[in-house]
Amino acid sequence: MEFFERFAIPHPSPMIYASMVAIALVTIAIAVGITYFKKWGYLWSEWLTTTDHKRIGIMYIISALLMLFRGGADAVMMRLQTAVPENAFLDAQHYNEVFTTHGVVMIIFMAMAFIIGLMNFVIPLQIGARDVAFPRLNALSFWLYFAGAMLFNISFVIGGSPDAGWTNYYPLANNEFSPSVGVNYYNWALQISGIGTLMTGINFIVTILKMRAPGMTLMKMPMFVWSGLITNVIIVFAFPVLTIALLMGTFDRQLGTFFFATTDGGMDMMWANLFWIWGHPEVYILILPAFGIYSQIISTFSERNLYGYKSMVASMVLISLLSFLVWLHHFFTMGQGALTNSIFSVTTMAIAVPTGIKIFNWLLTMWKGKIRFTTPMMYSIAFIPLFTIGGVTGVMLGIASADYQYHNTMFLVAHFHNVIIPGVVFAMIAGLIYWWPKMFGFMLNEKIGKWAFWFITVGFCFSFFPMYITGLDGQARRMYTYSESTGFGPLNMLSFFGAGLMAIGFAVLVYNIYYSFRKSPRNIGDDPWNGGRSLEWATHNPVPEYNFAVTPHVISSEALWDQKKRGHQIFRDKIEKIHMPNNTGWPIMVAGLFFVFGFSFIFNIWAGVILSAIAIFGFMGYRSFEKDDGRYISVEEIKETEDKFGGANK
Amino acid sequence: MKFKWIVLTFMITIATVLAGCEPLLVLDPKGPQAETTANVIWISIITMAVIVIVVIAMLVNMLVKYRASKQPVDYEPPHIEGNPIVEGIIVGIPILIVAFLSVVSVMSTYAVEGTPEGYEEQEPLVIYASSSNWKWHFSYPEQDIETVNYLFIPTNQAIEFRLYSHGTISSFWIPQLAGQKYAMADMVNTLNVVAEEPGEYVGRNANFNGEGFAENTFNVTAMPHDEFDTWIEEIHETADPLTEEKFTELLEPGHLGLMTFTGTHQDFKPAPEGENGGHDHGAPKENDTESDSDGNSHDEHSESEETDHSNH
Repeated sequence: MEFFERFAIPHPSPMIYASMVAIALVTIAIAVGITYFKKWGYLWSEWLTTTDHKRIGIMYIISALLMLFRGGADAVMMRLQTAVPENAFLDAQHYNEVFTTHGVVMIIFMAMAFIIGLMNFVIPLQIGARDVAFPRLNALSFWLYFAGAMLFNISFVIGGSPDAGWTNYYPLANNEFSPSVGVNYYNWALQISGIGTLMTGINFIVTILKMRAPGMTLMKMPMFVWSGLITNVIIVFAFPVLTIALLMGTFDRQLGTFFFATTDGGMDMMWANLFWIWGHPEVYILILPAFGIYSQIISTFSERNLYGYKSMVASMVLISLLSFLVWLHHFFTMGQGALTNSIFSVTTMAIAVPTGIKIFNWLLTMWKGKIRFTTPMMYSIAFIPLFTIGGVTGVMLGIASADYQYHNTMFLVAHFHNVIIPGVVFAMIAGLIYWWPKMFGFMLNEKIGKWAFWFITVGFCFSFFPMYITGLDGQARRMYTYSESTGFGPLNMLSFFGAGLMAIGFAVLVYNIYYSFRKSPRNIGDDPWNGGRSLEWATHNPVPEYNFAVTPHVISSEALWDQKKRGHQIFRDKIEKIHMPNNTGWPIMVAGLFFVFGFSFIFNIWAGVILSAIAIFGFMGYRSFEKDDGRYISVEEIKETEDKFGGANK
Repeated sequence: MKFKWIVLTFMITIATVLAGCEPLLVLDPKGPQAETTANVIWISIITMAVIVIVVIAMLVNMLVKYRASKQPVDYEPPHIEGNPIVEGIIVGIPILIVAFLSVVSVMSTYAVEGTPEGYEEQEPLVIYASSSNWKWHFSYPEQDIETVNYLFIPTNQAIEFRLYSHGTISSFWIPQLAGQKYAMADMVNTLNVVAEEPGEYVGRNANFNGEGFAENTFNVTAMPHDEFDTWIEEIHETADPLTEEKFTELLEPGHLGLMTFTGTHQDFKPAPEGENGGHDHGAPKENDTESDSDGNSHDEHSESEETDHSNH
């Protein structure tokens, strides 16, 4: 029995027990359902073992949506707890776990997965490729991410969730102050999914550099591809820092080292530095693809080419360089003195210049355009003023002296939600709706989509604008409660109201998927928005397995527009047999072993650690000697598919 | 169009809130350091508001003028590449704004990090402020007294807080007097503060440090110099001396009310500065600066919580 005691939760509550039961019931229901409908075989052969970038992208997006609801539930709990002074809905420990998991889930398992999902689906289509450069590695990336996400999400029912904030500062995160296994979960869940992210970074850099369609030079890539390229370069430079920092944390907590200790030559401040050397570029890993998505959508629905293409690219390159030079602004208050703070203050504010260029370029893209208010365009339009507000408050935070007053307050919380929600989340929703017909072959209902938009946008304003005010009034972040005399009550209630509106908005969004799945027409043609400009709109909806029947030819970043308006011929070659990668169960099995490895390590079960490590190396050895040359899709099969879409792709 | 409404709602919300309540703490400074930051905040708010208004105005203009319903059906938008002059303007103006704010930032950062203007001649009063889970210990070495969770300071007197921690990283913050700074276990940070008006101020730890974080507050009372001296004398007459044993007890995780002692813990457990610093790797250490608190005894704070720290 002693062995099992370690899995008990240190701070049980009826809510956690209820969640345990719910998780068990849902798992059983899903398993029974799949068995009843005899879908195990389909699931295994079509999805779990797939190496198709489109299906991997869709699996990323489904996982990200699940995580959005997990993190969203955390958010609503937090706003409910702080809606009135001295609320007793959550106790301090539970609240600490909730805001920690909210941060980690939203950044690592929701936003990262969502942008990687969209990049997976869209980038090969936009560059006219059949898949990514390393399809099997891509599947492994996804399953490692999924293993990490699952590991993190079981923490609250097995052993206890991390409770040291998503920033996980030492010495708070060491054994003395965080004795439960929560921070071990943090270390291993992030480590495992981080390895997957790093592989994605390498995979996409190679894909974009090596697999573009004939004629597509770097300066003729659609803007989303450019943003993807730069993002993945940032990933490759930033993630190794996280890997090492997490490893040092694991050593400190589980193997008795003193890297981040305050004694014996350790230094707690080193964690803060390493964390933010990864953490700040991470912000741009999220926002640059969002910028790419907005560039595509605004251009499509203004029926104009993107204004200032070259300056858009240049500003992204500049942002990526600057993103590595500003990490210290996350702790101006650590006492490094006026000179150091001044330098980082100036580099921080400098990022506003390339970002400003982008805002004006989007505005000038609308200039002389023909603007259609579709749902993706509504999100993009709302993004511009809301993100500007988030951006300028970022500049305010970048003024070091003033940051001494904003730091650790609700003002900061308002700021980063103000950039992440209208910046990243709106972009992901807009991108999902925009490319939805490419994924599934039908459109999402516009009317319901706009209802969701209004709930989410108005809810956002009510949730986060009041926090700027309470922050300036001295409300620190991460307080589970406050006394009535502070006067924070009414504005926090307003935030809770906004959170409620947002929750309704997301529910409407999901309902829209269900509704449109049932009701939307399926014969929508290749260009359902009736204004597609880049290459992905030149193939069918939903996209066939091989993406393009013949290799496309490109003369600008807007291949389809050239075909529509300038008589350019995208497809001119004869149909030939197509080389495609085979499905494989190898990635999901290796990721499963990583899950066992991580879980065992978290609980110091060394036998499990050693056995799973040996098995992982065994799988890698097997892979090294495996011969898998892929397979060919025959010309007849291609012609048959093309005929189904109404004529060969000519 | 809708942005007008959103912005309007926002403005009205702000206006009602600002009109209905006392001024926001950060914008209601009572000392030169907080006044500098409050001024910087106002300058930045105004500059930034101009940018936001310009962007919104441009956006509304584009949406009104170039919406599809306003255009002829056969209107085909032109193909427009970037224009060097336009792009020069959209690069140049942000650079000017950022340059202006950079000057503001650098000057004000040097100002708030240094001794406040007009107090350079004064010998500062040194107070060690150290945090333990979840309390603040204030040592007055010159006066030879120590308090817990409350601070008495003389007005119009330069005060040099030396901040450190007996465990987790915390952040010492009195919004109406100065911005915050971290208190850490392996080094001492210095914060220069002057209070120019007598009164009661809220102070708190702003950096999350575990279960008792929300109640990790302290009271600050600023008073004229003679009252402060009387207070010191009273303490020397009435309070008990702080022993090492007693101090070890105080460091246990939990909450305490307001407490007063004669003597300071600096005598037997000095701050991590100079040869006692956490990064002074050369010399052999005499004192172990790590706290001996026990991470498992988290749940005793409820019974020892005696005071309401609210100050409004």
